[in-house]
Formats: sequence, C-alpha cells, structure tokens
Amino acid sequence: MDYLLTEEQQMLRELARQIAEEKVRPVAKHYDETQEFPWEIMKILAQSDLFGVYIEEKYGGTGGGVLELALVTEELSRACGGIAVCYAASALGTYPIILFGNEEQRQRYLPDLAAGKKLAAFALTEPNAGSDASAIETRAEKKGDYYILNGRKQWITNGGEAEVYVVIAMTDKSKGARGASAFIVEKGMEGFEFGKKEDKLGIRASATRELIFDNCKVPKENLLGKEGMGFLIAMRTFDVSRPGVAAQALGIAQGALELAIEYAHQRHQFGKPISSFQGIQFMLADMATQVEAARALVYSVCRMIDSGKKDVAKESAMAKLFASDVCMRVTTDCLQIFGGYGYMRDYPIEKYFRDAKITQIYEGTNQIMRHIIALNLIKELASKKR
Amino acid sequence: MRIIVCIKQVPETTNVKIDPNTGTLIREGVESIINPFDMYAIEEGLRIKERLGGGEVIVITMGPPQAEDALREAISMGVDKAILISDKRLAGSDTYATSYTLSKAIQKIGDYDLILCGKQAIDGDTAQVGPGISSWLDIPQVTYVRRIREIDKDKAIVERMTEEGYDVIEAPLPALFTVVKEINEPRLPSLKGKLRAKKMEIPIWGVDELGLDADKIGLDGSPTRVMKVFTPPPRQKGLILDGPVEEAVDKLANLLKDIVIR
Repeated sequence: MDYLLTEEQQMLRELARQIAEEKVRPVAKHYDETQEFPWEIMKILAQSDLFGVYIEEKYGGTGGGVLELALVTEELSRACGGIAVCYAASALGTYPIILFGNEEQRQRYLPDLAAGKKLAAFALTEPNAGSDASAIETRAEKKGDYYILNGRKQWITNGGEAEVYVVIAMTDKSKGARGASAFIVEKGMEGFEFGKKEDKLGIRASATRELIFDNCKVPKENLLGKEGMGFLIAMRTFDVSRPGVAAQALGIAQGALELAIEYAHQRHQFGKPISSFQGIQFMLADMATQVEAARALVYSVCRMIDSGKKDVAKESAMAKLFASDVCMRVTTDCLQIFGGYGYMRDYPIEKYFRDAKITQIYEGTNQIMRHIIALNLIKELASKKR
Repeated sequence: MRIIVCIKQVPETTNVKIDPNTGTLIREGVESIINPFDMYAIEEGLRIKERLGGGEVIVITMGPPQAEDALREAISMGVDKAILISDKRLAGSDTYATSYTLSKAIQKIGDYDLILCGKQAIDGDTAQVGPGISSWLDIPQVTYVRRIREIDKDKAIVERMTEEGYDVIEAPLPALFTVVKEINEPRLPSLKGKLRAKKMEIPIWGVDELGLDADKIGLDGSPTRVMKVFTPPPRQKGLILDGPVEEAVDKLANLLKDIVIR
C-alpha cells in the first residue's frame, strides 16, 4: 500500500531499513540472549542522524514529527523489537522537554539528544503506581535552589543507560494528581542511583531498571513547566509517544509475517509447500490485512498529531491498542505456522512472539487504552448535548 | 588537507549473469553500486579529515551520466564535494586512458595532498587505475594500504599489506594510496547527508573542460584491445588415488606421463 510519504520520509525509511537489515538483524539474537545494552547500534543510529528525526532543526534535528519517529521505529522493530525500543524510549524521555521545556531547557538538552550523544528516559511508574499514575509516592521537596527527590521508580526503559531522565514526583501530595511535577534529572546528580535491572520475557536488548532517589538534589531550573503540571505533562507525552509503541508493534508484526510467509513457502508437508494449503493461506491473508489496517491507522494518527491537532488522546490510544493487539495475534499465528520449529529458540520467530507481548502492556495497558477511548466517547457525547 | 577519492560505479556482481551466447555481461536490471573497495577509500578519506579535525574530501568518478548516483551516495556518507567526469568521447577508455583522464581532473582540482582509491574494481579487476594516476601525476604511490598509522600535511606512515604480512612505508605527500578492505568498516549514510546529497549540484567535466589530448582518451586512445570475452570452463573434478601408497604412486606417475603440456 502506498502511504504517499514525502521524498524525505521515504529516504528516512530506506535508511532505517538498511540499518535494520545490515546492522540490527545480525545481532538481534545476541542481544536477546545476553541482555547487554546495544550501544553499538545506538552509535550507528546516532551517526545516521536518526535520533533527531522528530526534533526541530534549530535544536539539531531534521525537523520531522511523530510520523518520522514511527517510520524509524517500525523499521527497526521489523528486525528487533528490543533494540527498537532502546531508540524509541529515548524519544519518550525527550518529548516532555520538547512539549513543556522552556527555551533554556530545550537548548541545554535537545541538541545532545537529537545527535544521539545522550539517551533519554521517562520515569513515571512505581511499584504501587502503574495504571493509577496518580498514586505515585516519590516526593520532591523544594529547599532553596533545589528540589530534593526521594523515592523509587520502577521498570524504567533505558534506566542506567540514559543520561537524561524526566521524572514525575509529588510536590504536593494533598492535591493528588494535581500535586505531581516533572523534573529533568541527569545521571550523576547527587543522590541518584540505579537499582535492579529486570530479566524480561521479551525486548531483552532493552534495559529496564529501577531508579532510586535518596535525597537527590535537582536544581530548581530543572522543573519542567510549573509545579503541579506533572500529570498533564505525562498525559500529553503519552499522546505523542503511543503512536511510537504502535509503530513498534507494527514493525514486530510485519517482521514476523515476512518470516512466516517465507517459511510457509519453503516448508513442505504432504509433498507440497504448506503455503499451498488454504488453512495456511487464510492465516497469511488475515494477518497481512490486519497489519495493513494497523499501519493505516498508525500513520493517520501520526499525521493528525503532526498537523498540530491538540486533542489526540483518543486516536493515539486507538493506534496503540489496535496495533499492539494485532501484533500479539499476528505473532501468535506466525509461530503457529512454524509449528514445532517455531517453538524452538533456533528459529527467530519465538522472539517476535515474546517481544510482542509488552506492546499490549506498556505506555498504558490496553485496558487503560480502552478506558481512555471510552472516556473520550462519553465526553464527546456530553459536549454535543450542550 | 585536501583529499581526493576516485571511485567507480560497478554492477552489483552478486546478481550479474553472463549471456551464454555472446559471452557478455547481462547488464539490464542489474543494480549499480559503488565499487566496494572504493567504499573503504571514501571511509578512510572521511576518517583522515575527522582525525585531523578539518580539511576537505572530494570524490570524483568517470563514467556515464548515471554514475552521478554513486557520487550522491558518497555525499550522503559525508564527503564535501563531488565531480562527475562524463563525455561520450571517453567511452571505451581502458586503464591507460582512464588514469590519464582522472589525473587531468585531479590537476584541475589542484592543491591536493592525498589521493585515495580502492585497490581494484570488482568488474575489471585490473588494479591499474590507481597506480596509473600516480604515474601521470608523478607522485609516490602505495598500493594495498591496510592502515594509515600517521598522517600530516607533509608525510604519511602506512602499512602496506603483503602476502606474508605487511610493510611499513613512509611517503611524502602528495601521494596516492590504494586501500584494501582491512583498513576500515565503511559507515552507513546519514539522514542529513542524504538530504544534502539530494540537493547538491554536481559539476560535470568533459573532454573540453579538462583539455584532454584526443589520442589519449576513449577507445581510440586505449592501447588495450579486448580480443575475446569468455566464461572459463568450469573446473574439472579432481581425481583421488587411493589404495596402498606404492600403487597410488605408480598410477600417479603414469597419469603424469600422459599429460601433454600445451
């Protein structure tokens, strides 16, 4: 299908695909097994300018938007969902600075992030605050020129590897969600340590780690927006980052599908390639159709965001929900096509199946996505009635 | 420091087939690429510039108009300028005529410190153009360079790969080096490079711009004559003589006697 990408977007996709095929695919298994952080790939992505595809030119980027970010993420995910998320999670940590940073903060952080000299991360989740983000317990207390942070963040993608963290902490617990604020915290700041690195089912190339703040001193200039805006910053960030997760899901599904088609064509049973059996053909046809439908939705939502539309929470959630559910179904069926071989680690398909699952969970579970969508439907109805 | 890299556009040989009737390459539908050895030359040029913290890398190629694609790819990797040498009168040039033409282009660019070439092209496989250029320019050449140890405006110390190991050679600059694949790993293009490559104007120099001597160019100016192009017959299967050693030796001796040396 032709999505009428601009010449620049096609160029970008071609470059991302070349890197994915030549550099990422050959090492995907290695990083999955060792759980080492794929710095060699991050360096290549940096050298190729791909970290700046959604960042304005005046901050060292190439001036694209969410669609450009999605195109790169999709292509990388086709080869390795884990390595792709190391890339995409940096965008998740960068977006709050793009959206809510003042000029001084943008100039201080964006050029290095656009150049890929530093990675970013976003830290909201805590042991007792997942879907209910308003339940966070990490506190930030203002003392003179500093905020003093205390608490723990859990399951932070790029944790330990990133240099720049956007951390949501409570400045006024009595106000609930309205008492949260967002801070830019740098690796190496006094009182900022890293805890346990998680051993995961999938996306094992990515680092998922605990952040520990023990009287961490953050300069007051590092407050993003104003006190109390933390929750809003998180939600607006997710509005633009969820299509990135959708693109990751899309890429994983596409990559798995390509492997399954090839396998079905090569694998002979009853004297014929299994791709000649209608049972397999229908599976392939259904999968290809679902993936294309997901792509159409994801790209459309990206374009909507890039056009400057403000109210995108519903569409963004739809893209993430649909693409990740498609991804899980497609990778499940692709593994089925591989049969017993698919269950073995010798074949790459089981990795796609493992990598797929997280896309239904992180950056808001798909149940939360449905909740956001339904909430917006009801809101729309209410505003019509008025 | 001004570094000039000479590159060639070649057919992607992994896909090349030979027409069994005419014995010539079937070029249709075959993708063109930068000669892989020239990729190492481009990369090394860029690395020297980065190492010295400045300078200029210019890439040149001689070929048909579509060779411009190869130059744009080099620009996307980060070279500063590209020049296409293209003229119908240059068609059919052999290594003598090509190295002459390239040397004239290099002289026209002028003020160069280093010329880099791949060790050979994967289509012609002659490995003559690089050394040819240095002869026309009367500058030192080092072939099969696998590492540049030191380099400044006046001289370079390089390792030249040999069958047994390597030689360490110091050469005054300007000089010409041809490089082998051991020297580096070429980078991928960058997005900014690709955007730049799309927009950049590439000058085209022909016979007149270069003031070329008509009897040193093109097919007529080329002393090489291709008499015949053919696919060598596939290698015959070997023969293993087993059994007791003495018998095998006898058999071998008899077989050798039968071989007529042509």
